[in-house]
Amino acid sequence: MPEVIPSAARKAAFALTVSLALLTTACTGQSGTGATDDASKDTTINFWHAWSAPNEVKAVRSLVAGFEKAHPNIHVNVVGNMTDDKINQALRSGGDRAPDVISSFTTNNVGKFCSSGALVDLGPFFRKSGIDPAKTFPKAMNEYTRFEGNRCAVPLLGDAYGLYYNKTAYRKAGITAPPKTWSQFETDARKLTIPQGDGYEQLGFMPDYHGWESTTEHYFAQFSPTYFAKDGTSDLAKDPAFEKGFRLQKRLVDELGGFRRLERFRATLGDEWGPKHPFHTGQVAMQLDGEWRLGMAEAAKPKFEIGVAPLPVPDDQAAQYGKGYITGTIAGIAATSHKQNAAWEFVKYVSTDTDAVVGFANDIHNVPSTLAALKSPKLKYDPRFKTFLDIAADPDSTTTPASVNGGQYLVTIQQFGYDYESGKVTDLKAGLRKTAAQIDTDIAQAK
Amino acid sequence: MVVTLGSRRRRAALRTAAFMSPWLIGFAVFFAYPLLSTVYFSFMHYDGFRPPSWSGGKNWVYVFAHYPLFWPALRNTLWLVLVMVTLRVLFGLGVGLLITKIKTGAGVFRTLFYLPYLAPPVAATMSFAFLLNPGTGPVDSLLEKAGLPAPGWFNDPAWAKPALTLLALWGIGDLMVIFMAALLDVPAEQYEAAELDGASPWQRFRYVTLPNISPIVMFAVVTGVIQTMQYYTQPLIAGKVASGVIQGAGTQFEPGYPDKSTLTLPQLVYNLGFQRFDYGSACVVALVLFALSMAFTALLMRRRGGLIQAGD
Repeated sequence: MPEVIPSAARKAAFALTVSLALLTTACTGQSGTGATDDASKDTTINFWHAWSAPNEVKAVRSLVAGFEKAHPNIHVNVVGNMTDDKINQALRSGGDRAPDVISSFTTNNVGKFCSSGALVDLGPFFRKSGIDPAKTFPKAMNEYTRFEGNRCAVPLLGDAYGLYYNKTAYRKAGITAPPKTWSQFETDARKLTIPQGDGYEQLGFMPDYHGWESTTEHYFAQFSPTYFAKDGTSDLAKDPAFEKGFRLQKRLVDELGGFRRLERFRATLGDEWGPKHPFHTGQVAMQLDGEWRLGMAEAAKPKFEIGVAPLPVPDDQAAQYGKGYITGTIAGIAATSHKQNAAWEFVKYVSTDTDAVVGFANDIHNVPSTLAALKSPKLKYDPRFKTFLDIAADPDSTTTPASVNGGQYLVTIQQFGYDYESGKVTDLKAGLRKTAAQIDTDIAQAK
Repeated sequence: MVVTLGSRRRRAALRTAAFMSPWLIGFAVFFAYPLLSTVYFSFMHYDGFRPPSWSGGKNWVYVFAHYPLFWPALRNTLWLVLVMVTLRVLFGLGVGLLITKIKTGAGVFRTLFYLPYLAPPVAATMSFAFLLNPGTGPVDSLLEKAGLPAPGWFNDPAWAKPALTLLALWGIGDLMVIFMAALLDVPAEQYEAAELDGASPWQRFRYVTLPNISPIVMFAVVTGVIQTMQYYTQPLIAGKVASGVIQGAGTQFEPGYPDKSTLTLPQLVYNLGFQRFDYGSACVVALVLFALSMAFTALLMRRRGGLIQAGD
């Protein structure tokens, strides 16, 4: 018979357990400082970005080539396909191989980057160069690149959200024009919905918050909500825009078949980034989505004509039809960089030089991020893409503000949205109060 | 030259320390330092960018009282430890027993059962998410054709963890091989003696096989508990694939889809530390994992003593 494991072996087992548990969870790190440099001297800066597709990488190369031609003394070492996690790590550690300039696909971390000083405040650089960001960038883009008075980022192309619709399905349903208000939208979504068994032959619109881009923040942008009060606390329970937004979405869910049926149907649909996206296949007749969907949908060669329009607005805000949700890629200068002046020359070029921004937008097929570029005659686009350019330039378009703990408050709101749409939460007002309190607690914890 | 007893002892101690130094260095770097720094940071406000500052018990209070994902993640992790580990050990042992009994074609079956273990976790999870898709997956189609209820699997909070357990049982190859080796190592004469004494198959398993392989059972359970405490990739991928939401610019990913049912403690460490820049709270969750690992291991060690005594 085997003997009882000796004491030493038992201790070794404990040590192994403890080591394994902790190896994956060790917490270390350090902070760094900036430095001054002479941007007129020969130097090389590191630029980290997240683009990875061959056409995108080519576009970045072309952008950098334009900069190096204009600034022959500053060379740019480009490192692509860098995720936010890698960028965050590099911003903490610094060093010669760390980035001088970073760009991120998400605006979520701007609050943390600005408040922690991980990215330098670009305000003094803008003033030194005589550039006014408020007059350079569209309003929403100008907003999501700063936090509590600190401008630590610049927009580097943007995304605008609008409504895609199946023109063929519209004609069959007798709809002559895209809806301008949510009440018209509700009517159209019902008309376009053709049930089939437990599912749908065609669904007018997938309203669920998991319906790819139909997230809470994208819906709510049409209601122009105020996420935070002046004292920094959540306005979720106080601003009626949120209640209206939640109620609209819940009505759509109930009217179009109910949560369970819609979720079951959703599970049968293709993924967001593939050719079998349900809008491409005609399974969903209207889609809330970003400007990139147009190219993707056309590439999938759909059997119908695609229409594009701004998303509807609440009936009492009909005058603001044309607005939408705006987000985009951001860029900034690492506080650990010893070449901040050279890095600024690069950031200034890629974010404010009209021809550079237009060229990059043409190559990447995103919305340009300066007011001048939005009006540039050199901009090449499908006529339908103009809708997104107009949404981006619309002063009523909104974004989600930066927060000290990234996009956590949006995750919390979205989480509440799941509970409300599924019927798990029925008292909306109480739920909004509880969610606002949770957001305040999370922010207090992050400060 | 006179060598004193004291200097001889000192030299022996130094020699011992020199021989032990690789382990001591490894222990200090990979165990003592992470443990101490995790405890230290759990009491600090630290976002990874600014220097850490003392926050007392604020992180502990936040995690236990205000962090809405903590208790669901803890419940899920405990569920997986109790159900998934138990089923994996029983299934691994069962498959091992069956394969040792097969006379012909054992090699083929060994290979067939072992191969899934070699599949990369991400690919395996994505395949399962496809197979178990409630709308398009073949599993539900077959169940419906057979007149059986078709669960929502990774899209249903009630079925997400059982689906993860199925995935874990599919990749049972590691335990099967270990159990097979242990079973083949049981002395044949003990079975012969038991048979002569008229022991039934169950009695032979209970009083001959089980006591012989109990160290291996213990190893399987302890490593299973440790692996499950660190269960991260499969639930994360399953949740992401099933939700259909891929985190992109301006979108937020809900961890633990559907309805927090696939949320595990290691995901919280990532969520707090790397998405919310709250390293202090992440360290609190890491220490909870550590305490749970210790508690489970201690409990299992005690239970194993009882198992062997019963076998004796």
